[in-house]
This record gives sequence, structure tokens and C-alpha cells, in this order.
Amino acid sequence: MDTCIEKIRAIGADLLAEGTVEKVIGFANGSIPMATRPVALTSEKDMDKLVFNSVCGLNLANYVSKNSLSKKEGKIAVVAKGCDARNLVTHIVENQISRDQIYIIGVPCTGMVDKRKIAALFEDEITGFEEDNDTLTVSSPSKTETVKKSDVLRHNCRVCTHRNPPVYDVMAGEPVEEQTLDQPYEDVDQIAAMDPDARWAYFEKLTENCIRCYACRNACPLCYCPTCFVDESGPQWVGKGQNETDVTTFHFLRAFHCAGRCTDCGACVEACPMGINVRDFTRKLNKDALELFGWEAGLDLDKRPPLDVYSPNDPNDFIK
Amino acid sequence: MMGNLLEQMGVDRDRIHFSWISSAEATKFVDVVKEISDKVRALGPNKKFVKDYIK
Repeated sequence: MDTCIEKIRAIGADLLAEGTVEKVIGFANGSIPMATRPVALTSEKDMDKLVFNSVCGLNLANYVSKNSLSKKEGKIAVVAKGCDARNLVTHIVENQISRDQIYIIGVPCTGMVDKRKIAALFEDEITGFEEDNDTLTVSSPSKTETVKKSDVLRHNCRVCTHRNPPVYDVMAGEPVEEQTLDQPYEDVDQIAAMDPDARWAYFEKLTENCIRCYACRNACPLCYCPTCFVDESGPQWVGKGQNETDVTTFHFLRAFHCAGRCTDCGACVEACPMGINVRDFTRKLNKDALELFGWEAGLDLDKRPPLDVYSPNDPNDFIK
Repeated sequence: MMGNLLEQMGVDRDRIHFSWISSAEATKFVDVVKEISDKVRALGPNKKFVKDYIK
């Protein structure tokens, strides 16, 4: 994957030099090892700041919302993995941006690593992170560990079936092989197999550490409402404290707002400071969208999302 | 999908009902409300998604 970065930088520099785009949104190194941050670059001289590696876990589509893309601004180029590109498609389908306002630099992706899994191998702070194809070398003051990237992939990347961007203007590398999975929703089925009280207990346990920081919402490209239901004070839809009913209500509604739209990019889990796998909520919705409507979000610019259109074939046995 | 997610989260399916009733369908409304009340009564008091105000 490291080989892509030179190509990304070259494409970005060309686009800025030609004036095709006004800025390039991509990943830059963060202030600590094993972290990246999103950047918007306006000069081709800054292109060497761009990086692309296995810790680019956020979703850059989040930074191209209606709010940041006013009519006055020129075209924006976005470095997009499979999921970022799918979220850009979702933005276009939902009329947040128009196709000609963005230039998608597609990057074939082999997955991002689960930083918590790597951090768990160490007792002290990680001070170094090197990547060479499938081999990651992580070091701390006390030791150096070499791990295989495939062993520490994030769960959403392990079950990802759209590693290549479905829509792009230019690709920064050869498409990678897509995965085929026998049981893509094994995690959802495992929860579904429990009895109702056990499921309730499972989700209560899952969210018990939630501090209501809304990082999951802020990291999510789907959450672009000017005022989120949790921030509204008149009417106040949901309590703001850590009461478990309020916490569960928040997670349930946040997830449901992503129904038929979620691309399972994993940015919510990546952003969570408490390590809550909030994907347990959205995964169920993704599974239903696929099973009930044959729908996966962000693959086609011309198809309307299932909850946005009426079809006589819609499943309706639940309505009396 | 909403009902399915609630069910996945452990809410009893018999507590979630969806119906489309026209303002002219008074008898249907009564039937649906009766059915819902019977099903929910059979389940007993709900303990989920309820705030405990007794301090």
C-alpha cells in the first residue's frame, strides 16, 4: 500500500498545479505514532505531507459535507478508500454535494489496523510504527513487536467486500482483489441467537462505558444534520446524561439514522475513546438492508436508497 | 428495519406494532388497539427503555 502514496502525491500536485481543484483532502501524519489526521492542502508544495498507510481509519467523506462545500468554493479532490468513496456516493445521492464538485482520487485498500489490538500487545506507550507491505513493526521503550497486518485488521475491514472505490476519477493504484465471505454477518447472527434478555444485557454492557462525547457521530460522514437530535433542547428528544436509558436511546437512534446508508467504514469505532463497538447496532441495519432490499450503500450514483423510495415489492408483513 | 433493530437489542417483538389505519377505519383501529393491549398485557410491565425515577 505504501507504493500508492507517491502516485497520490503526484496526482494531487498535478490537480492543484493545473487548477482543476482548489484543495486536496487526504491523510497526514498525526502527532503520535500510529495516528493520522485529515488535512486539506491547497498548495502542491505541501503534497509531501500526505500519507497513506494502515492507520488511516477515519472517513474523509466526512470533511466534504454541505457545510464545508459552499457554492463559492472550487472543486475538491478527496483521497478515497473503498468506504470513503462509497460515502461520497452517498453524499451525492443525498444531494449534499454534486458529482462535479468533487474529484475522487481512488485508493485500493487492503484494510486498516485495529489500534487497540496493537496497543494491547504493549504495556507502555507506543513510540514507533513502521509498515512494510503486510509486516508492521511496532515499538515502545521496552520492546519491539513485529505483527502481520492481516492478524490485526479492524473487524469492518476483515468483512469488507468493497476494498476498491466503486466510483472514482482516477485510481492511485491497481485494484486489489475483493474478498468473498461465507458468513458476512456472523457477528450479527451471534447476537440474534441469544434470547431477548441476553441481547438487552449485551447492548447494555456494550454501552455502559459511553461518555456521550458523540465522537462516533462526529466521525460519521452520514451525520451532517445542522442540529443533531441529541443537541436539540426544544424539544429535548433525549436526556443528556449518562442514564442508561438515555445512552441506549442515543445509540439506537444514531444507528437508525444510518439505516440503509451506512457503509460500515468503521470511523465511529475508530473515533470512540472508550472502545465501544458501536457497529453492533449499524451492522444489524446493514444486514437487513441487504436481505430485505438487496441494498448496499454507496455503490451506485443512479439508485435511490431503499428507505427513500416506495416499491410495491417492499416487505410489509410487519404492517397490520 | 426499526422493529428488527429493536428486536436485536432485546426488546420483545410483541411490544412493537406497525399499522396503517385510515381515519375512516374506526373498527380497524379498535381491533388493532385491542390486539396490542392483549399482547402487551401478556408480556407484563416493560423494564427496558424505561427510566427509573424512584430514588
